[in-house]
Amino acid sequence: MEAFGLLLHGFAVLLTWKTLLLMMVGLVLGIFVGVLPGLGGPNGVAILLPLTFTMDPTSAIVMLSCIYWGALFGGAITSILFNIPGEAWSVATTFDGYPMAQQGKAAEALTAAFTSSFIGSLVAVLLITFLAPMISSFALKFGPPEFFAVYLLTFCSFVGLGREAKHKTVISMSLGLLLAGVGMDTVSGQLRMTFGSAELLRGINFLVAVIGLFGISEILITMEERLALRGHAAGISLRVVLSVWKDLPKYWVTLLRSSVIGCWLGITPGGAIAASFMGYNLAKRFSKDQESFGKGRIEGVFAPETAAHASGTSALLPMLALGIPGSGTAAILLGGLMVWGLNPGPLLFVEHKDFVWGLIASMYLGNVVGLVLVLTTVPIFASILRVPFAAVAPMIVVSCAIGAYAIQNAMFDIWLMLGFGVVGYVFKKIGIPLAPFTLALVLGSRAEDAFRLSMIGSGGDMKVFWSNGLVGSITTLAIVLLFWPVIDRAFVGAARLLRPAKA
Amino acid sequence: MSNTELEIVVDDPTAPEDNSPAVVSTGVVDIVVSLLLLALAVVLGWDNWRTGASWDSTGPQPGYFPFYLSVILGAASLYGLGTAFVSRREAVETFVTRAQLRRVMAVFVPTFLFCLATQYLGLYVASFLLIAGFMRLVGKIALWKSLLTAFIFTAAMFVTFDIAFDVIMPKGPLEAAFGY
Repeated sequence: MEAFGLLLHGFAVLLTWKTLLLMMVGLVLGIFVGVLPGLGGPNGVAILLPLTFTMDPTSAIVMLSCIYWGALFGGAITSILFNIPGEAWSVATTFDGYPMAQQGKAAEALTAAFTSSFIGSLVAVLLITFLAPMISSFALKFGPPEFFAVYLLTFCSFVGLGREAKHKTVISMSLGLLLAGVGMDTVSGQLRMTFGSAELLRGINFLVAVIGLFGISEILITMEERLALRGHAAGISLRVVLSVWKDLPKYWVTLLRSSVIGCWLGITPGGAIAASFMGYNLAKRFSKDQESFGKGRIEGVFAPETAAHASGTSALLPMLALGIPGSGTAAILLGGLMVWGLNPGPLLFVEHKDFVWGLIASMYLGNVVGLVLVLTTVPIFASILRVPFAAVAPMIVVSCAIGAYAIQNAMFDIWLMLGFGVVGYVFKKIGIPLAPFTLALVLGSRAEDAFRLSMIGSGGDMKVFWSNGLVGSITTLAIVLLFWPVIDRAFVGAARLLRPAKA
Repeated sequence: MSNTELEIVVDDPTAPEDNSPAVVSTGVVDIVVSLLLLALAVVLGWDNWRTGASWDSTGPQPGYFPFYLSVILGAASLYGLGTAFVSRREAVETFVTRAQLRRVMAVFVPTFLFCLATQYLGLYVASFLLIAGFMRLVGKIALWKSLLTAFIFTAAMFVTFDIAFDVIMPKGPLEAAFGY
């Protein structure tokens, strides 16, 4: 039980007044960000990242991950009370959450949502606690070819398994990888794609792009819509909380099923949205009373929220153990790690034990504190929505600009952020997904280095990616996933050919 | 189901009308974006070719990886261009209506001016101008409320970043006059 001992040590690192205070600040900011229209988990973390630049890494990651938990909790508030999903993965929560609020059971729905978020994250954190050290010690044996194969697997699974048009995913990904290469080449020291511009020498910073792509573009998109809203105000009393909790054991199958789905989809890239819908649909399919779903059934809140949070949390597992983020927000946290001079990946568990276990312990503590905080302060946060958007929008713009500037102290980055804001707006509207772009931008130079190092090691022989069982199977799996839609269709076609008589 | 418990109602008087005419269709934007991406792929591909996109004694040259990525980007945008021409459904879909565009511009233009002002006046003065101006002119909020909110927010940002967290923002003549 080495993990357990290290975890206790992590708690010891955390239990200081300063850290607990930062945790509360992070959670409050996160809920704030989750409730406000035009902001969400990834934007919130990206914009608030500069606040943490001068902190020590452990305090910084505690605060950032708490912003993330807070944003996850905050999304549920607007989904249930106002029928406005703050994030794509809260969409499934509105199906039954909003009808419950309409029936005057808003408090029950909110309690159910917060409790199930808590359970989902808890299961995922348990998974991280015991699995991450194992995966990372296994990954310590990885050489450049293995790492490149894992990166390839990540990219290919996005293309093959994503729901968007394939060529649009490819465009988004190759653009991200290209922009990651702008500036000084790390291997040879030569300049690439700078076109003589001194500003481009530094390269295009990942966080600047993210702030523009998500923050600025989200404001532009929000403005297009009617911003009027009608909703319920709700306070949660202790009696309601206890009565919902008393019923919890009845739904253990739903909770367990959603947690497993969430953990599984969270580890594979891009899963949180799919997880929440899948959790909801499976709960509906296995229910004896399918008709009552969508009309305010508490199970319809439990299922998607548990799955979404389990996947949002377990997305951090591949980030910590392999240095590969499983979600957009995880990618931004990864960008943060690099700013603090930490190199994400298996070595993190060896070289920065305090940091890793502090982070994992903060996941436990942050969720407990978050649950209590959110249950007691819902009415305050719901009323934030009364603040007119005309006041909120310029403040978000200013925060974005501060965030973009602080990363490299460059005025050019503010202009870059504005440019990415327009790009993000157009891309979102024509259906080019932004998540692969983000992932490619943060992993680009690492993937390229891994490729070139393995090429140098093998003397330019591509066979190195099939040189042993491990790297060979990862590479093959990557290629299978890339062509998954074609293979899938071939299977269906073959099956049809085999039994033509029945059809 | 009673709706008597509706307690929070926020109106949006300047909301875009639903029947506003379309400015441009999604199909056209799709084609324009594909063309721009194609052009970008060609420029980047050419630049990487110039840097060297083949193999030398030590392995791939610096331009190798990005060169082939430009090829992939170019191919994907060509494919996108093809499907955009073929697809009928997206061709008629509205990309943005006139009323929506007006609202988007109401945010974009002030944001652009804010970036410009940051360059010459420093971030804090620009931030004060943006918030006060936006609340007053776009949000039609009372002048004193706008000025007060803008001042409090800007001051809070200054204290948080420049003083408490030591994250230094660009400054202009006003801060210089106060000795920062």
